[in-house]
Amino acid sequence: MSQPFRLNKVGLINRNKKISFTFNGKKLFGYEGDTIASALIANGIHLVGRSFKYHRPRGFFGAGVEEPNAKLQVEFNGHSEPNVNATEMELVEGLSATSQNCWPSVNFDIGAINNFLKMFFPAGFYYKTFMWPKSFWYKIYEPFIRKAAGLGVASIEKDKERYEHKFEYCDLLVTGSGPSGLASAYAAAKNGAKVILAEDKPRFGGTLLTDDVSIDNLSGKDWAEKIITELKSMPNVTVKNRSQVFGYYDHNMLVMFERVGDHLEKKSKFTPRQRLWYIRAKETILSTGSIERPIVFGNNDTPGIFLSAAAKEYMKVYGVLVGKKPLIFTNNDSAYETALGFKKNNVEPIILDTREEHSSELIDEAKSKGIDIRFSHGVIVANGYKKVKSAKIGKLNKDKNSFEKIETVDCDCICVSGFWTPSVHLASQSGNKLKYEEKIDAFIPDKKKQHETSVGAANGSFTLEESLKHAFENGSNLSAKITETKTEISIPNVNEKKYGAHDKFWCMPLPKNENPKRFVDFQNDVSVSDIEIALREGYRSIEHVKRYTTLGMATDQGRTSNLNGLQLVSNIENKIVPEVGHTTFRPPFTPITIGTIVGREVGMEYMPTRKTPMHEWHEKNNAVFVDAGAWKRPRYYKQGNETLFEASKREAKNVRENVGICDVTTLGKIDIKGPDAAEFLNRVYTNAWMKLPVGKARYGLMLREDGIVMDDGTTTRISENHYHMTTTTAQAANVLSHLEYYLQIVWPELNVNVVSTTEQWAGAAIAGPKSRDMLSKLYPDLDVSNEALPFMGYKEAEFFGVPSRIFRISFSGELAYEINVKSDHGLFMWEKMMEVGKEFGNQPYGTEALSTLRIEMGHVAGPELDGRTIPSDVSLNGLVSKKKDFIGKNSLGREAFNVESRQKIVGLIPIDRKSSIPEGSHIVQDQNAKLPNPKLGHVSSSCWSVENNNPFSLAIMKDGKNMIGKKFFAVSPLKNKSIEVEVISSHYVDPEGKRVRS
Amino acid sequence: MLYIKCPYCGLRAQKEFSYGGDATVKRPNINEEVSSEDWDNFVYMRKSPRGKHIELWQHIAGCRQWIKVQRDTATHEIFQTAKVTEEIR
Repeated sequence: MSQPFRLNKVGLINRNKKISFTFNGKKLFGYEGDTIASALIANGIHLVGRSFKYHRPRGFFGAGVEEPNAKLQVEFNGHSEPNVNATEMELVEGLSATSQNCWPSVNFDIGAINNFLKMFFPAGFYYKTFMWPKSFWYKIYEPFIRKAAGLGVASIEKDKERYEHKFEYCDLLVTGSGPSGLASAYAAAKNGAKVILAEDKPRFGGTLLTDDVSIDNLSGKDWAEKIITELKSMPNVTVKNRSQVFGYYDHNMLVMFERVGDHLEKKSKFTPRQRLWYIRAKETILSTGSIERPIVFGNNDTPGIFLSAAAKEYMKVYGVLVGKKPLIFTNNDSAYETALGFKKNNVEPIILDTREEHSSELIDEAKSKGIDIRFSHGVIVANGYKKVKSAKIGKLNKDKNSFEKIETVDCDCICVSGFWTPSVHLASQSGNKLKYEEKIDAFIPDKKKQHETSVGAANGSFTLEESLKHAFENGSNLSAKITETKTEISIPNVNEKKYGAHDKFWCMPLPKNENPKRFVDFQNDVSVSDIEIALREGYRSIEHVKRYTTLGMATDQGRTSNLNGLQLVSNIENKIVPEVGHTTFRPPFTPITIGTIVGREVGMEYMPTRKTPMHEWHEKNNAVFVDAGAWKRPRYYKQGNETLFEASKREAKNVRENVGICDVTTLGKIDIKGPDAAEFLNRVYTNAWMKLPVGKARYGLMLREDGIVMDDGTTTRISENHYHMTTTTAQAANVLSHLEYYLQIVWPELNVNVVSTTEQWAGAAIAGPKSRDMLSKLYPDLDVSNEALPFMGYKEAEFFGVPSRIFRISFSGELAYEINVKSDHGLFMWEKMMEVGKEFGNQPYGTEALSTLRIEMGHVAGPELDGRTIPSDVSLNGLVSKKKDFIGKNSLGREAFNVESRQKIVGLIPIDRKSSIPEGSHIVQDQNAKLPNPKLGHVSSSCWSVENNNPFSLAIMKDGKNMIGKKFFAVSPLKNKSIEVEVISSHYVDPEGKRVRS
Repeated sequence: MLYIKCPYCGLRAQKEFSYGGDATVKRPNINEEVSSEDWDNFVYMRKSPRGKHIELWQHIAGCRQWIKVQRDTATHEIFQTAKVTEEIR
């Protein structure tokens, strides 16, 4: 129950609420407000994982997003998530965390043998070793490497959580609630601007929570609380904690990841787990602060070694000591605050300062408190395997390349500080070219690219006074430009300690004959020697060195390693850092869940479902649906134990023998109106349209400008200047855009309007030899004879009291009609048809039967009009006018379209009259020919001909018109079938088209 | 995601638009003789400039108007948008 490293009364956690959790099966306790990391450290646990390549024991290193090591598999609230950053994840009751990348356990990991074989795992190891033989890659090398490199395990369970997306607009987005962020947000809010302030941690205030400063005579923490309280009370301000702005995209679009429910013990089912915000900001303040960088030394990855600021944060925010015998290893003054913090809590630190003896406000204070400070000193190598036990330290000579004295001191933790690196990720993502700032040995943002303004430490300003001033000014000026209001704000008085200059020192030398690993990138196990090898092997560009060594390529994006890597390269290459340059920063800044990216667009909500007005009836009558774009269409209506094949055969046969009805609501419908409508259609379609009389329909063919068939359908002249166009279901949206393009851009002089009416009309086809008899019962007062309503005729009449349109058009090749009523009347129409049709043997038929009917008639559809065929390829050249111009006409004269052996549609029947031919089969002369076997064509559509009772297919074949009567093989490697076929005409049934006219 | 000012509807997210290619291409007049070369240039030949490009977009999830957008193809900066009947210079 006791937490041996927890301090009394220190920290911002809620000690009234104890939280139980488990780590690697062991039951432990923490407090509300802890992270997994702080709770484990409070319990004295440091060994949390094994490293990526060498399986070395690893512990916590940071206290937030910078953490490279502590990635855990975490189960909470009913789901299991891999690679969770233990320094960011808040403790919740019942949470269970386990170490990753170790087997059988984190304490005894067999993979650690890699550590002893490390001479065999240098940079580029994988590239060099697993090249030969090639066939080994998939079967042996890759599965092995994947297993060995394994991070966490993704859950295979369905994610039951709710994720949301939100779109937001604001005048000013402030990313980070440290002193600069608070100041900018406050100044902008006072000017009346719409402000969003985002903080990735649960607590607002950033460094104000840990630094020993005062503002307007308030402690940093109290001042932050005061400002946040005021901001929250303002209606023009949105304040968000647990929210990480992780991406800066074009046109000032920023994306933020909010952890809404992960920290809640119980949440309503409507509370999302996480939320993704798309924020379009007029101006952006980047107050993302800076991240401490380490100094590189031997075995610097041993558990118990921390960034100095992280140790301070654990102490001040969580009331946790990272050790009781600390070594502070620094090249600057900021680590002295950590040392003073230890001292205040009655722990005696030793400070090793790489600088020569000098004085500053903080050094003097440390001295006055009696802290042991050793100047010109540094840690050479940490001793201890699973936890640091002691350190070999050395006194550096004047050139800092060798040692005057070496000794070993006992310690249980090392807090290291190699100065500060501004977090410029978002600025860089916005397109900002960074510049190198010599004074702080780091990159800071250069000239603005979009509307990003970096303030505070993110801009390289490391004093509170300067940061606040700059932030207040920028927040005020940027917002005043938008709101045209400027409220004067007095910049508060600041009391902070003055830091002395830092030492430009980042890597400890090694004594002769010692060669411990010195890690630059902890998460990807990249050491100093790896970078040396890469350079020795000729890699020069920093981007290449990065890829060869994987430096900075882990999920922490090299937050603690990039700068040290650059320094190392620049030292070896004898170049200055700006010449070496930096690698590219890319979103997301921190890993985000796939669930958040997907949001609500899963399952039924993946895309809208379009249902026809008759959908309910289809459902009740055992329809099996098929997706046609967003539409649900009945594929067949199942009776008893029928298979798809049996049902579609029955339905198709019934159409050929009696009559059937089919829901054709999904066909695209476009209303075309205007005095120039006929002229427009004449240009859009390949055939002639100027003389179509009112009350008549015509089949039309539409091309793209390159001569390829775009779509087909019928268009009916409803009245003088009013046409009703139909398109295929799939092309409805494209055809409308196509028409709009020509009307708005190419021929604006044509007085025509087009609008989609697909949703406004419900349609049903009545097809079969008895369809006229049935129609006459549906319209008892209407003359529906062949003379009064001939093929391609059109009439308007009342359908049992509701207005309707009757088109005598046919897709099935049978005598057929299509009835349209307003959508609201669709179900009524359908039910009436079912009732009236009974005596004629009417049955509904689905898309499968519909396909059978059109295929055996040789009518082309989507599979033939596949974006590669011209009219003559599909035997529709009869519809191509020679007299007039139309879209795509000029392309039809192209040489390749007119060669004798041009591809053409044909029919295929199997020689045995039994074997059905798989769609997509290739047509070849010799099924046993050596590969590559020349392909003569492909099977586009297949059916079981109900008329002839054998399989029949349509195919597009090279030199098709001269192939009739010849025999080939239709080969489907996918189905492992080869079927001998004979080529016949594509019009297998009723080639003269008598039925539609009967 | 781009932020495109539709001349009819105002600033809207890229999601609402679909791209329509080079806006400076002019279709040969209907019913007029055109050489094979001119026709091929119209159908197939497009410049792919790095930098300023005048292009067509259609506000498909909005007013359905085709519009002209002058955009930098490298930086995505949008300099100007206009109705198709207007000139961009």
